[in-house]
Amino acid sequence: MYDIVAVATIVFFVGVFGFLTRKNLISLLISIELMLNAVVVNFVAFNKYLYPGRLDGYIFSLFVIAVAAAEVALAIALIIALYRLDNSIEADDMDSLQG
Amino acid sequence: MDFGYTIWIFVLPILSFLAIGLLGTRPALTGRSELLRGRVWGWIGTGAVFGSWLLALVTAYRYFFVLGTPDGHRPVVFGAKWVWMRFSEHLSFDMGILLDPISVMMLVVVTTVSFLVHLYSTGYMAGERGYARFFAFLSLFTVSMLGLVVATNIFQMYFFWELVGVSSYLLIGFYYDKPSAVAAAKKAFIVTRFADLGFLIGILILSYYAGTFDFQTLVSAGGPVLGGPAGRSFMGLSVFGWALGLIFMGGAGKSAMFPLHIWLPDAMEGPTPVSALIHAATMVVAGVYLVARLFPLYHEVDGGAILRLVAWTGGITSLIAALIAMTQEDIKRVLAYSTMSQLGYMMLALGVSGLHGHEGLGYMASMFHLFTHAMFKALLFLGAGSVIHAVHSNLMRDMGGLRKYMPVTHLTFLVACLAISGIPPFSGFFSKDEILAAAFERDKLLFVIEYAVAGITAFYMFRIYFGIFWGRERTYAHTPHESPAVMTIPLVVLAILSVLTGLVPFGEYVTADRTPYHGHINWPLALASIAVGVVGILVAKRFYQRPNDLPARAAEMWGRWYKWTRDKFYIDEIYQFVAHKIMFAGIAAPVAWFDRHVVDGFMRGLGWMTETFSLLIADLQSGRVRQYAFVFMGGLIALVLLVLFVTGLLNG
Repeated sequence: MYDIVAVATIVFFVGVFGFLTRKNLISLLISIELMLNAVVVNFVAFNKYLYPGRLDGYIFSLFVIAVAAAEVALAIALIIALYRLDNSIEADDMDSLQG
Repeated sequence: MDFGYTIWIFVLPILSFLAIGLLGTRPALTGRSELLRGRVWGWIGTGAVFGSWLLALVTAYRYFFVLGTPDGHRPVVFGAKWVWMRFSEHLSFDMGILLDPISVMMLVVVTTVSFLVHLYSTGYMAGERGYARFFAFLSLFTVSMLGLVVATNIFQMYFFWELVGVSSYLLIGFYYDKPSAVAAAKKAFIVTRFADLGFLIGILILSYYAGTFDFQTLVSAGGPVLGGPAGRSFMGLSVFGWALGLIFMGGAGKSAMFPLHIWLPDAMEGPTPVSALIHAATMVVAGVYLVARLFPLYHEVDGGAILRLVAWTGGITSLIAALIAMTQEDIKRVLAYSTMSQLGYMMLALGVSGLHGHEGLGYMASMFHLFTHAMFKALLFLGAGSVIHAVHSNLMRDMGGLRKYMPVTHLTFLVACLAISGIPPFSGFFSKDEILAAAFERDKLLFVIEYAVAGITAFYMFRIYFGIFWGRERTYAHTPHESPAVMTIPLVVLAILSVLTGLVPFGEYVTADRTPYHGHINWPLALASIAVGVVGILVAKRFYQRPNDLPARAAEMWGRWYKWTRDKFYIDEIYQFVAHKIMFAGIAAPVAWFDRHVVDGFMRGLGWMTETFSLLIADLQSGRVRQYAFVFMGGLIALVLLVLFVTGLLNG
């Protein structure tokens, strides 16, 4: 189990690192997906080792996958809209919300 | 006897006001039709007031002759009475129509003069811009004045009192593109408003301590004021004394009593028919009427202390006004000062009056003079208007020798001048003689003042008369001509009234205690007053009938005094000084400084602080998503570390 949690932690922080360092919006999206998948792996692992015989963790995983799919669809739509607006998908160009 | 129909006396002018005001002033409506642009609005207004006039005459006939004196004195009848606003079981604002001798008399005066002025105006105002507007305002004024005279309670009176003030303001400022007219309108409004402040405070004090607004209850012998204990006192006067004094301040403002008179001469900027109706015959007597209405209170409270104030205010006003009138150049201003002087007579007559029988002579004389004065002063103004209409100038030096061109105006003006000078059998003789008799019996000093004023009056009236109709022949740009019939008919009617009204046995109808009183003329006094009037006339004749250097020599001889009266005793300048140097510079400017720098400064400081602080932190909102994410992540990690640290998990 520790191995699995370690892998999940690594994947999560790879996602965090990517989220903080990449500039491309698509890359940011992928980083978010990495974080989500780390969480999903954790759900499955904890369910299997701590509460065998119950299904809560698996079901949560499915929910997270479904929500992630919806989120990706939405995010891609927003990115395309932004691209049409600015002709760019660089996160640093998106500063029109500056106060 | 049912007097319910008297409500129509008001409704007719209200309807004409609404009709003319709403329809007549719309170019979209009147522009298309030649008929609607023309005199039709004037005739609507005149017709409505004619109806009111007939009804008022019927009312007077029924009240004085049919109703008579059922139990020895004339009753008080209500034509209508309903509650308008109820505050508590005892205190409510009522509206209604109270008919007693003075209100019926005033109904007749107001509707008569108003009707004749309406009729006259259809000719005088012909072709003026704002013809319909003029008649709308005139109708509004008529309604307000009628509401004032029949008020059943002091609050209704105050309500209509302010309405006449507004209509007066509107009509003085009728030529609103003329700066002097606008200034005069504002002056009239502000000065009377200032006086009305006293009136309002007086009403509040009176009604607070008496618990009622109703005139009948207030003046009744066993009422809350006269029947109860003297009540609290303040600086030597009872609260009711103070209330009456303040109410008199309102009356003095409206009736142009010294020192609140400064608005009346300037009010002559309005069209002349307005001066005749409002500033000579009706509105300005409202103050006299007010004192007469509350007369039993003035007579009884504090032993008549306020009544002596009334008498002296009247006396001083009549003297000052008469002196100023002698030297004025503008014909309407002379008439305005003469009005003030005559109003002073009325106030004085009230001031020297008692309540019953022969004691009440002053009250009767005051109302009598009000009645006759309304007729001959309206006639003087309308005659002056006729002259101004022909000559296109207000100044006496532009007139002279007009008797050949304007015979009707000339004769009617002469009648009015004789009436105001107190020459029998013209009406002014009878009423003025009663006033002098009343003053003679009460206060010799006041009598001497009024006696002198009678002579001065005759002098300045005939100064105008000879100056306009005789005097030096002028060459006019175009030959003056007699006014049209709609203007001369009112003159003739008023001239007839000026002769006849003096013969009315007034004591039979109007007295302080509403009991008929059989007066008789005090012949020695009457002869003396005729004599002084004749002397005044003869002096004026010598001075002004033919061009000579006497006026100039007299002016030189009196030097400084002449200049003082010509400059109206500098009362306007005193007001100017008090208003500018003391009120504006001494009070208003420091208060404005405090407001601008301390109050506003505090508020501006708050705004400055908020703005500066927000500018400081505005850079945090960079709009860069990655920066937000970085902060967010950093914050999250910091929180997690904090939780671990606090729960002790970090240390194992």
